[in-house]
Amino acid sequence: MSLNDIKHIALVLSGKGGVGKSSVTTQLALTLSLQGYSVGVLDVDLTGPSIPRFFGIENAKVRQAPGGWIPVPVHDAQKPRDEQSANGHTTGDGEASQPIGHGSLHCMSLGFLLANRGDAVVWRGPKKTAMVRQFLSDVHWGSLDYLLIDTPPGTSDEHISLVETLLKEATPEQQAGAVIVTTPQAISISDVKKEINFCRKTGVKILGVVENMAGFVCPNCSECTNVFSKGGGEVMAKEFEVPFLGSVPIDPMFIRLIEEGKRPVYPEGTVIDGQTMETNGHADGVEDVGLLVEKYTSCSLYPIFDGMVKQLVGAIET
Amino acid sequence: MAPSLEEPLLQSVDSALTSATQKAPSLVAPEPEHCPGPESQQAGKGDACAGCPNQAICASAPKGPDPDIPIITRRLAGIKHKLLVLSGKGGVGKSTFTTMLAHAFASNPANVVGIMDTDICGPSIPKMMGVDDETIHVSSTGWEPVWVSENLGVMSVQFMLPNRDDAVIWRGPKKNGLIKQFLKDVEWGEMDYLVVDTPPGTSDEHLSVNSYLKESGVDGAVLITTPQEVSLLDVRKEIDFCRKAGIRILGLVENMSGFVCPKCTHTSEIFRATTGGGRRLAKEMGISFLGAVPLDSRIGMACDYGESFFDNFPDSPTCAALKEVVRNVGKEMGVKPEDVLGEA
Repeated sequence: MSLNDIKHIALVLSGKGGVGKSSVTTQLALTLSLQGYSVGVLDVDLTGPSIPRFFGIENAKVRQAPGGWIPVPVHDAQKPRDEQSANGHTTGDGEASQPIGHGSLHCMSLGFLLANRGDAVVWRGPKKTAMVRQFLSDVHWGSLDYLLIDTPPGTSDEHISLVETLLKEATPEQQAGAVIVTTPQAISISDVKKEINFCRKTGVKILGVVENMAGFVCPNCSECTNVFSKGGGEVMAKEFEVPFLGSVPIDPMFIRLIEEGKRPVYPEGTVIDGQTMETNGHADGVEDVGLLVEKYTSCSLYPIFDGMVKQLVGAIET
Repeated sequence: MAPSLEEPLLQSVDSALTSATQKAPSLVAPEPEHCPGPESQQAGKGDACAGCPNQAICASAPKGPDPDIPIITRRLAGIKHKLLVLSGKGGVGKSTFTTMLAHAFASNPANVVGIMDTDICGPSIPKMMGVDDETIHVSSTGWEPVWVSENLGVMSVQFMLPNRDDAVIWRGPKKNGLIKQFLKDVEWGEMDYLVVDTPPGTSDEHLSVNSYLKESGVDGAVLITTPQEVSLLDVRKEIDFCRKAGIRILGLVENMSGFVCPKCTHTSEIFRATTGGGRRLAKEMGISFLGAVPLDSRIGMACDYGESFFDNFPDSPTCAALKEVVRNVGKEMGVKPEDVLGEA
């Protein structure tokens, strides 16, 4: 069975759409990978798969193998440079310039199976259920430290099938639990509360709440505006007695990184979350090469997720 | 008696409207993967039916179009315009736009407006309308929508939940049943506009709404997107869905396009339109572009408190942009511009 060699399976859930489930999943995966874990990302949002776009692998196709699918690789494991030279490894020029190591990262999504990126997947419940089951049983993940499962909004077919299948096929030790994503405004919180109740009813452990889109830092004057208010996620976490993992502001540079693949560059004197962002030397015009995961280390959100992931890993592995 | 989520749901509304034939077959097992649908012509005969425990039940069930559809058509006969608000992507502002559209239509006192919230798992409309504590009243003619103001009624699953935060953990068929009931058992009465808010995606809810409303005629769908490609990608799928399902697309609205910093009034594109945004997508797909609505943090606030953004912040540039969009929607539906907003 394909889940056998996976150490931990974590779900990313939210009752509300567009709060950043896929964006949080992406960043959790990149950060876990940067901390040296091997990571898989499974996208079960069947009618609106976003994961391929986030990792910049929209044109990739899934390969068939006997008995299942081979997930699409985003990058392979890479050892840190000093470790490499210590081991006497001599690698190609491109790889030698890597300052930090990272674990491997693979993705699986329905987006890879579509002939056309604009094609609609118009499926009713039973078909979606079958697909979710197949995703869980027929993908050759190999050995993974973490499998992150990105979900569609709501508490319906995909979620029920996912939880049911995991209960049957994964051991209790493998099921790490769920990360809940919300935005700060009350409209989103009220839907997310429903998701927490869903987890309670189905016995899914809640690893914590991430408040996304908390504030926007104006790139012109560095003023932080709470576009969707602030603090709602923390209050909700307290109310339901679940851990609060942190607030993530909107960073246009992260969006640019995803959409255009440009390494984040911040104007002089930008202060995000109490820390000054370095205005690194990568001016426009300088060739922008490298893996997504390396570029991500320049993003202001990386330190936030780094802390969050450490907290999560601590909670999961103890 | 207030309607509850426990089955069986209210059937006794009008005995003339009910008959034994309209019952969907009750299945003994969940539908298999390639189930042709228990109500379809192929029920019990398809390839997937071989070996299915439901086969005999489906095969003997009455065939043909859903007998409830004429009832729905009769129910909705008094509604002049019906429109859907769709988007493949979540959180782009479908519900916000639905409420805005409804408030805008209702600002003309001559209009009567209804909102039907088909997002069963994440109903947002009641909160945005400030009526999330209400319950549905049942009269002899059917369920009464919850009235926000004189001329603005709302129907949502939220009104049926015993606790506000309860999760509705339902699979497709149950959701379809409730949507049918919203159309069949709700006393919508004489209305000028019925705006149908939908959940994200292209699945059960969308198929059902479309098939139930086809007969009574839908004016069309308004699609909502945000400027970035991640969202456009899903909206492209929704356009594909509309084309396949034969739903007329009234046009595309780009929401959250640009944010004006309250301190330095610098406009920044939070969600950068790296691929041309909604305008280019509309052009590419040959549908009309209804307008771009900038982000205003006060909209979120107005929604959280269930107030009308139009009434409270009429001077906001977002408000002007929205009015323009509403006028365009009216134009696409063939409504006289002066009737839409009640302004000369």
